[in-house]
Amino acid sequence: MHELSLCQALLDQVEQIARDHGATRVDRILLRVGPLAGVEPMLLQHAYPLAAAGTLAEAAELVIEPSGVRVRCSDCDAETDATPNRLLCGACGSFKTRLISGDELLLANLELTIPDD
Amino acid sequence: MCDSCGCNITPGNEHLVRADGKHAKTEDGRAAVTVLQALLSENDHQAAHNREHFDRRGVLALNLMSSPGAGKTSLLEATIEALGQELGIAVIEGDLETENDAERIRAKGVPAIQIATGSACHLDAHMVHDALHRLDLSGVDILFIENVGNLVCPASFDLGQHRNVTLLSVPEGDDKPAKYPVMFRAADLVLCTKADLLPHMPEFQPERAEGYLRNLASAAPFEILSTRPDGDLSPWIQWLRDELHAQRARLELGRTIRPNIQKDGERQHAASTQGTHEHHHHGQHGHHHAHSHG
Repeated sequence: MHELSLCQALLDQVEQIARDHGATRVDRILLRVGPLAGVEPMLLQHAYPLAAAGTLAEAAELVIEPSGVRVRCSDCDAETDATPNRLLCGACGSFKTRLISGDELLLANLELTIPDD
Repeated sequence: MCDSCGCNITPGNEHLVRADGKHAKTEDGRAAVTVLQALLSENDHQAAHNREHFDRRGVLALNLMSSPGAGKTSLLEATIEALGQELGIAVIEGDLETENDAERIRAKGVPAIQIATGSACHLDAHMVHDALHRLDLSGVDILFIENVGNLVCPASFDLGQHRNVTLLSVPEGDDKPAKYPVMFRAADLVLCTKADLLPHMPEFQPERAEGYLRNLASAAPFEILSTRPDGDLSPWIQWLRDELHAQRARLELGRTIRPNIQKDGERQHAASTQGTHEHHHHGQHGHHHAHSHG
C-alpha cells in the first residue's frame, strides 16, 4: 500500500541524479528488491507510471531485479538459502542467523540520455 | 545513502559515477550510472535526526506496531496506570482518521499528539518530526509512538525510535509471524495480548506463535499478557524499566541504538568499508556509524 510513496521517493532520487549528470531523459531504472523489503514489485510497477508522469523519468523502463534470501549462521558459519518466513540455518538448523541478502530496497543502476556525452 | 559520502565508489566503478567524466555506454548509446542507494534514504535521514532529538532530550522512543484492534491503545492506558506516577510518558498516535486514541490517552493525564494520516497506511519519519514540533519532551522519559494498525507497511519505515514492539493478539491466530515475516522480524519485543481469551480459543497456542517467531531467526522476547484488571503486565513493565535503564547507560557513553534489524544500507556500507578505500566520517554517514554501536 505504500508503493506510491516509495515511487515518489524513488523519483526524487532519480531526478536528482539525472540532473547531476546533465541528463535530458531517464531511459531505464534498475531496482534490487528482496522479498523481506516489505515491497510488492507488481504494485511498484503499477504505481510507477502515476508517480512518474511529468518527470524526466516519465518514459523510463522500470526493471525490478529480485534478490534471494540468504543467511549466515553464527553457530556453524554456513551460508545457506532461506525463505522469508523460515530464516533458520540450512546446515545446522540454528535460529542464530544473520540475514545477508533478501531485504534490499536499492536503486542499483540508471540509464540516462545525456546530450553530447 | 552511501552515495552521499562516496564510500560505495571503488576504483572499479568510479568512472561510472563521476558527474563530469565519461560514462559507461549501453549498446544503444545511453549513459549507464551505478547508484546503489537505499530507496528510503530520505526517510532514514529524517529518522536519524529524530533519534538524535530523542537522545538529546534523554527520551526512550518506542514504536508500537500491530494489526488494528490488537490492543495497542489499551496497553498504553494500562501502562500509564502502572508507571504514570513514576515516569514521564508521552504518546504520538497514528491513525487514518479521528482523535479518539489521543483523547483516550489524554484522559489518563498524559500528553498525546494525534497524527491523522489520511489514507497513508503507516507513519513515516517526517510525520513524526512534524508531531514533535507540537510535543514538549521536557520531563518525558518514554515516548510511545503508536503506529497505524497494519502488519505490513509500518515495518518498512524507520521513525527514529530506539525499539520496535509488535503486538499479536490471541484472536488473530498464532501463525501471524509466519504470514507477516517482515513485521515480526523487525520486533525487539513481541507481546501476545488478550491472553484472557486463551481459555476460549484453544486453537491459539502461544508456543506455536513463538515457534513461528523463532523461525524468523528472531531472539526477541515473547511475552504473554492481558490488560484486564486481573491480567499480569509485569514482564512488559520490567522490559520497559530495563530498556529505559539501558538507554540512560548508552546516553552516558554517547551512544544510541536503533531497532534490532539490519537495514540494507548498513550492509551495503559494511561490504564497501571492508574494501581498501578510505572513507571519512561526516554528515549522515557519521550518524550511521554511531547507530550501529548499540
